[in-house]
Amino acid sequence: MADVTAPGFVPEARQETLTTADGTPLKVSLRRSQRRQRRRAFYLVAPLLFFLLITFGWPIAQMTFRSIYNPEVANYLPETSAAIANWTADEVPGEEVFAAMARDMQLGLEDRTIGRAAARINREIPGARSLVMGTARDLDEMQAPYREAFLQADEDWADLEFWRLIKRETRILTPAYYLLALDFEYNAEGEIVERPEVYQVYRLLFWRTAWMSLAITGLCIALGYPIAHLLATLPLRTSNLLMILVLLPFWTSLLVRTSAWIVLLQQEGVINDLLVWSNIVDDDGRVRMIYNQIGTIVAMTHILLPFMILPLYSVMKTIPPSYMRAARSLGATQFTAFTKVYMPLTLPGLAAGVLLVFILAIGYYITPALVGGESGIFISNLIAQNMQGTSAQLKLASALATILLVAVLVLYWAFNKLIGVDRLKFG
Amino acid sequence: MRENGVAGNGAGDSAYVRFEDVQKSYDGETLVIKNLNLAIRRGEFLTMLGPSGSGKTTCLMMLAGFESTTHGAIWLHEQRIDNVPPHKRGIGMVFQNYALFPHMTVSENLAFPLKVRGMGKAEIEERVARVLAMVELPQFGDRRPSQLSGGQQQRVAVARALVFEPDLVLMDEPLGALDKQLREQMQFEIKHIHQNLGVTVVYVTHDQSEALTMSDRVAVFNDGIIQQLSTPDVLYEAPENAFVAQFIGENNRLYGEVLQRVGDGEVRVKLDSGEEIRALPVNVDGAADRTTLSLRPERVQINPAEGSLPNVLRGKVEEVIYLGDHIRTRLAVAGHDDFIVKIPNASGHPSLKEGETADLGWTIEDCRALDA
Ligand SMILES: Nc1ncnc2c1ncn2[C@@H]1O[C@H](COP(=O)(O)OP(=O)(O)OP(=O)(O)O)[C@@H](O)[C@H]1O
Ligand SMILES: [Mg+2]
Repeated sequence: MADVTAPGFVPEARQETLTTADGTPLKVSLRRSQRRQRRRAFYLVAPLLFFLLITFGWPIAQMTFRSIYNPEVANYLPETSAAIANWTADEVPGEEVFAAMARDMQLGLEDRTIGRAAARINREIPGARSLVMGTARDLDEMQAPYREAFLQADEDWADLEFWRLIKRETRILTPAYYLLALDFEYNAEGEIVERPEVYQVYRLLFWRTAWMSLAITGLCIALGYPIAHLLATLPLRTSNLLMILVLLPFWTSLLVRTSAWIVLLQQEGVINDLLVWSNIVDDDGRVRMIYNQIGTIVAMTHILLPFMILPLYSVMKTIPPSYMRAARSLGATQFTAFTKVYMPLTLPGLAAGVLLVFILAIGYYITPALVGGESGIFISNLIAQNMQGTSAQLKLASALATILLVAVLVLYWAFNKLIGVDRLKFG
Repeated sequence: MRENGVAGNGAGDSAYVRFEDVQKSYDGETLVIKNLNLAIRRGEFLTMLGPSGSGKTTCLMMLAGFESTTHGAIWLHEQRIDNVPPHKRGIGMVFQNYALFPHMTVSENLAFPLKVRGMGKAEIEERVARVLAMVELPQFGDRRPSQLSGGQQQRVAVARALVFEPDLVLMDEPLGALDKQLREQMQFEIKHIHQNLGVTVVYVTHDQSEALTMSDRVAVFNDGIIQQLSTPDVLYEAPENAFVAQFIGENNRLYGEVLQRVGDGEVRVKLDSGEEIRALPVNVDGAADRTTLSLRPERVQINPAEGSLPNVLRGKVEEVIYLGDHIRTRLAVAGHDDFIVKIPNASGHPSLKEGETADLGWTIEDCRALDA
């Protein structure tokens, strides 16, 4: 440093690496001096980091893994899995596959795992369980060559579809649950096809979740923007009062709020009574406003509104009134001044609010479950339903949840590209 | 309530901006502006000068249309503008914090007033380039305001207020955030622009030297009233009341009571400490009136020749401060120890030492008898 301040110093050496007095490059010594600080910072966040890893990172990793993990056939029919690898899938397999199957059955009978393998196959091909279990029971009386013996015992052993399934399911990792989550499946030939229309539900629900979340976000903007503006411009005492009203939904139990909406919106509810009383609709024409999409949208907009208002408010609070005045004095009408000056300045808050509300909305569960009825439920509700089911349903739930998670991440990424998350102001 | 020098000044057809009996109250309890009458000529550089809270910004905001008048009328170019919305008044404005739009580049900021007027693209570009050249920032068009220094931002703000060629430009303490040197340079530049473009400028400041150097006329505000409206030299040499004398330049005050008037040009005052002084009556009525005598520090002579000056008091030197071009000497005179004398640092002027006593003399004209 000494030579920098010395009178003879000429600032020409800019291009060369700067060094400190003892000759260490400036960057190195800067990094060294910051290392302690960084270590301290790490110790401060370490407990939370650890907590998050255990309660957040690990379960999510588990969930993602489960959604593709498919061990039954490979584990319970190991020899068959090995033998069928070379099978070309256009005719009934040869003796070595049947022999392997017989040995697997033998082992499976001993440690009682054959039932699980049969159940797994049965999920794909109804009736396969009785085929497997029936033959397994009679295995004692059979002897090589097993191909003939099996075919004699049950002609279904000649079913190519059965063998194709076994071959497909020997893979420990499978995309099957993701296909299912997007309303696709493998057909008998092992090709990926759309499921029959009657079974299609998940794509519709993803789609519905997306557009309803968008609608809710839009409503939150429409309702929240003026309020946030008012909050930011009113004198402090009044704005504090208003702020309490805004935060009130936060402080009320979710169930209380939701049942309040039920009281208001149901067909015998307050709003319908008012409509009937004021002769806008007659008594038979009461409007259905709950247990459908309207119910979900209304209740969720109410719940998520503060997440829009708060970031908007915090940004608007920092915009001095002189900007609008400057715009007006330069000849802009109130409207132009708003759209060209005020609005762009609130964008960081608006974007943060949109991101918060939309991401919260697409993962929302309780409110759609309570007031959504049949038509107003979200994908999360199906995930929850599947989580209570069999292990296969659990895997489907995992696949659905992973898709949802990826969708959120993609959204966040796109948002970052578009607006720059570092520019957002969340509060 | 003083209206002298206001009603007569520039009233009539030559007035470009006219405040007529304007009053303003924000809360309905206190008047922030009390009966303002002010006429501004076309092409004039008029400064509103006054301490904080005296109502300068309020006046400007009423003129720009951001505050309503509680009473009275404002005329611009013989047209009453009280009910004209701000964007239709065509008044350029420079704000204290510049209010440059942070999400636009410098060029976009400058183009804004032209765009909202529906001007063509080519003309906008040409005008923006011209105005950038005028404020000597031709290569800064693509920067954001946050990437400019305070002085550069200030120039852009001035450029933006001028780019749509308004006839009237308001500036609310535009140089308040700059350091002394930059401020002086910008004062010069703004003055220069004013002279070149011939726009009418209403300028607000609480820096008296800024007001004196830049303005054609200065309106000294205090307490919602224009205390005096005059050219800078008159303001300095002939303050009409104690507030103006105190606010503009340095000023020695002596308090006393009028003994008698001697004709039109002289009044005899008995100081509270007993001495008798002959002064110029400015703002006193007659005998037994309380008065403040105002005397500029540079008008005091040290040890004048016997009988050469009508007023001579004796003082004891309390403090001597060397300031290069002059020596500032604080003395105890007539019971006050804050009597300042400026002695030029040149041959022929006495030098005083702390603890010495000296005779201090001055003329009748330099000693103005003002209100108490
Ligand atoms: N929006 C407002 N609401 C209520 N009172 C106000 C408002 N704006 C200004 N005032 C009051 O009006 C008086 C004059 O204010 P103004 O801003 O005009 O002073 P100023 O001369 O510009 O002072 P400064 O030199 O500090 O800018 C002050 O007493 C101030 O408190
Ligand atoms: Mg002000």
